[in-house]
Amino acid sequence: MSYHEAPAIAASDAPRLDQDDRPTLRFVTCGSVDDGKSTLVGRLLYDSKTLLDDQLDALASESRTVGTTGGDLDFALLVDGLQAEREQGITIDVAYRFFATPLRRFIVADTPGHAQYTRNMATGASNADLAVVLVDARKGVISQTRRHSHILSLLGVRHVVLAVNKMDLIGFDGGRFAAITAEYLTLAGQLGISQVQCIPVVAPDGDNIVAASTRMPWYSGPTVTAYLESVDVSGDISQRPFRLPVQWVNRPHADFRGFCGRIASGTIRAGDAVAVQPSGRQTQVARILTPGGERDRAAAGESVTLTLTDEIDVSRGDVLTAGSTPQISDQLAAHLVWFDDQAMVASRRYVLKCGTASIGAVITSLEHRISIDTMAQESGTTLDANQIGQVHLRLDRPLVFEAYRDDRDMGSFILIDPISHRTAAAGMIDLSLSRATNIHRHRLAVDKSVRARLKQQRPCVLWFTGFSGAGKSTIADLVDRRLAELGRHAALLDGDNLRHGINRDLGFSSAERMENVRRVAEIAALFVDAGMIALVALISPFRSERALARQRVETNEFIEIHVATPLAECERRDPKGLYRKARAGELTGFTGIDDPYEAPQAPEISIDTSELSSEAACERIIRYLRDNHYL
Amino acid sequence: MARYGRVITMLDVPATAEPAFPGTVDDKPSRATASHLRRLEAESIHILRETAAEFRKPVMLYSIGKDSSVLLHLAMKAFHPGRPPFPMLHVDTTWKFREMIAFRDMRARELGLDLIVHTNNDGLSQGIDPFTHGSARYTDVMKTQALRQALDLHGFDAAIGGARRDEEKSRAKERIFSHRSAAHRWDPKNQRPELWSLYNTMLAPGESMRVFPLSNWTELDVWDYILLEDIPIVPLYLAAPRPVVERDGALIMVDDERMPLRSNEEPRWRSVRFRTLGCYPLTGATTSTAATLPEIVREMMASRTSERQGRMIDRDSPASMERKKAEGYF
Repeated sequence: MSYHEAPAIAASDAPRLDQDDRPTLRFVTCGSVDDGKSTLVGRLLYDSKTLLDDQLDALASESRTVGTTGGDLDFALLVDGLQAEREQGITIDVAYRFFATPLRRFIVADTPGHAQYTRNMATGASNADLAVVLVDARKGVISQTRRHSHILSLLGVRHVVLAVNKMDLIGFDGGRFAAITAEYLTLAGQLGISQVQCIPVVAPDGDNIVAASTRMPWYSGPTVTAYLESVDVSGDISQRPFRLPVQWVNRPHADFRGFCGRIASGTIRAGDAVAVQPSGRQTQVARILTPGGERDRAAAGESVTLTLTDEIDVSRGDVLTAGSTPQISDQLAAHLVWFDDQAMVASRRYVLKCGTASIGAVITSLEHRISIDTMAQESGTTLDANQIGQVHLRLDRPLVFEAYRDDRDMGSFILIDPISHRTAAAGMIDLSLSRATNIHRHRLAVDKSVRARLKQQRPCVLWFTGFSGAGKSTIADLVDRRLAELGRHAALLDGDNLRHGINRDLGFSSAERMENVRRVAEIAALFVDAGMIALVALISPFRSERALARQRVETNEFIEIHVATPLAECERRDPKGLYRKARAGELTGFTGIDDPYEAPQAPEISIDTSELSSEAACERIIRYLRDNHYL
Repeated sequence: MARYGRVITMLDVPATAEPAFPGTVDDKPSRATASHLRRLEAESIHILRETAAEFRKPVMLYSIGKDSSVLLHLAMKAFHPGRPPFPMLHVDTTWKFREMIAFRDMRARELGLDLIVHTNNDGLSQGIDPFTHGSARYTDVMKTQALRQALDLHGFDAAIGGARRDEEKSRAKERIFSHRSAAHRWDPKNQRPELWSLYNTMLAPGESMRVFPLSNWTELDVWDYILLEDIPIVPLYLAAPRPVVERDGALIMVDDERMPLRSNEEPRWRSVRFRTLGCYPLTGATTSTAATLPEIVREMMASRTSERQGRMIDRDSPASMERKKAEGYF
């Protein structure tokens, strides 16, 4: 058969309008190295006539030069698109491919089998409705099959096609197929994977892929394609209570204030009562704007903009809800798939991103690790890359969420290492560990705006960051004095002074430095609530922590002042003799010497005291406050 | 040459109370239920809003092609009734089809876009052109280097582009939020895992992100959506008689007098259109009589070749797209 004559399951004759409503099935392929995943996907693309003539020509020529099939079409080359993948003949990263049959559209995530790239497999599975798990008929169910199936069950993939590949290499032995099937069904039962369809295939030849194989007459079940076209994976998320994580506040002019986001679950109508979480404030939906125009109803999956009947405080990270109250807590139990090569360590700080909320988080304990081979729970204190475990987390502020098993969007999160910025883990929330669900922030009769009016000023945080000896405290002190002269109410939080009091218990490890900054940010925010101008003078070397401090108050309430005096100049001044000690090795972990400093990318104010006197710097800050109507 | 490197800002659109959504579909009930396209639209809008919310200074790459047209349309919707909170950037190699430039300026005017046009003036003064220097070197200098210059010059930390995963094998491997080092390099072996709809957008100084809201669209989806939403596109996509020469197996349109003709070449008028638009000397036309959008969609359905077949630069060498991307090409 010439390669231009693929079996016809193409949809080119179907009427266009019907096609637009064919449902999309997202699936992931997994299995160990060399089990034939890429070949299977390549074959599906080929058989569905997704491949075009120039692509087939290229495939034929590449199969001859770099293929592993002795001149026959090497279907794996269709998806292994990176140079390193071709060199080594393996899949390194997820490839997303699209094809369609007359009944369905498909998005397939072809994921690597190599244990080293398990995180990429989890990536593909996170958006999948179904998984095709490949096993080599000669090897049967192996450790990697268990690992992948476990990740599938954790990620909530309930439908599996077990494709037993390379049946030709075991002489199409039906007995062997039955044994592998039985072993896998036991595993699936343990993992709670409810739907499994086992199919014997020969991926390169196409046996039982689209056409039923004539070489395995003992098998009477569906082909892979027939099953993928017919399986029912619907679980209607629009039947759940309404949840809209607020992504963006759209405020083009004074008369419009809309809250944008993608509806995670449920439906909403104009006029419905909604609550803003976590504050719990109640209001009503005034209008629903969708990409197709204004409508009176919208459902899960749609990206919308809502306007509300009251002018209440809503910002990115909040969740608009209707119906039942979601879970709200700052203490969680969750399962993690650890990704980072740097092992998980309890008490280190991470940024937890769930929906549109980014919150500082600490893993307080590892409850247990899960053995991939036996599914047994083991004790331990760390998780290495590709390991799975259950942990407890403590967050800097309460998170609005649902359990992952009820709602994928509201129950999933990633942990980001705030220093390396790597995605350290994928998380699935099991439950809340505190009873904060029913505790709403106490709403006070006298609020920030009342206090600010009394003081005739706009409260804000002036956050001075820079190297030790840059001049932060000196300038902050001058600004504090000028504000006092002007009759304004300010408070100066100096890093050194705080370490004598509230931060007395903290040392200088990165975790403790982060906690130091977190506490100061909280105190500064309390001062802002009290209507004051809070001056903070703190090295605060990491951008992510300063970002967290900024998030703690409202937009325009945080003014970052980079005291950008060059390191050489700070070291020359060395007012406390610390640089000398650091250079002599008597002090380690000193910012600028053996610890990094991440300069602000877009500070509101930048001052270099080697060019500007402290007095002039002070005046510049006062001018900024006046020009921007803080004073 | 005053055109190049200039910043065009046109913020003043006629002040109506609240403009209707672009391309409102209510008058087309037969296609208004295209749920597949609506799902893609919702996902892309989510990605655009996430970019606006998470980055300090994003920019949208506007290359004037059909994907750019769709991307721009989605951006107008995502922030309606406000404006997209980022400027558009066009990297002009000076070898674009003249109709493309005219279309760009017209759209910028109509929509009141904040449009930045950047050209690599170094390359221009060195006289780099696609004929004498070859497509690989020309693309590197006038596209890749030019883009890097523009991103550095303005300090953009996120660049939104219209690339799709169905275009090319290495694109199929790329994340929606694709991390770039401070030297604009893409490391295909060290991409951030991307789970659910959660995007890790944290960056170290100098690093940036390339964002691809159309990752999950196919070429046919793009055409269907253009049809569904009545999105304006450059007329070069529609068949018309145009002067072309046949060169290295491709039909090259002679767009101006700068193209040196070989001795055996004489431009002939043929009915052609383009499936993809880049620089005119490097973009092959296809013979076609499809002069309306529905005709194009029908022709696409029957086509047996991929859109990038018309792109000379994909064929420089094996894995050339991956290498170009690693170096900072979009």
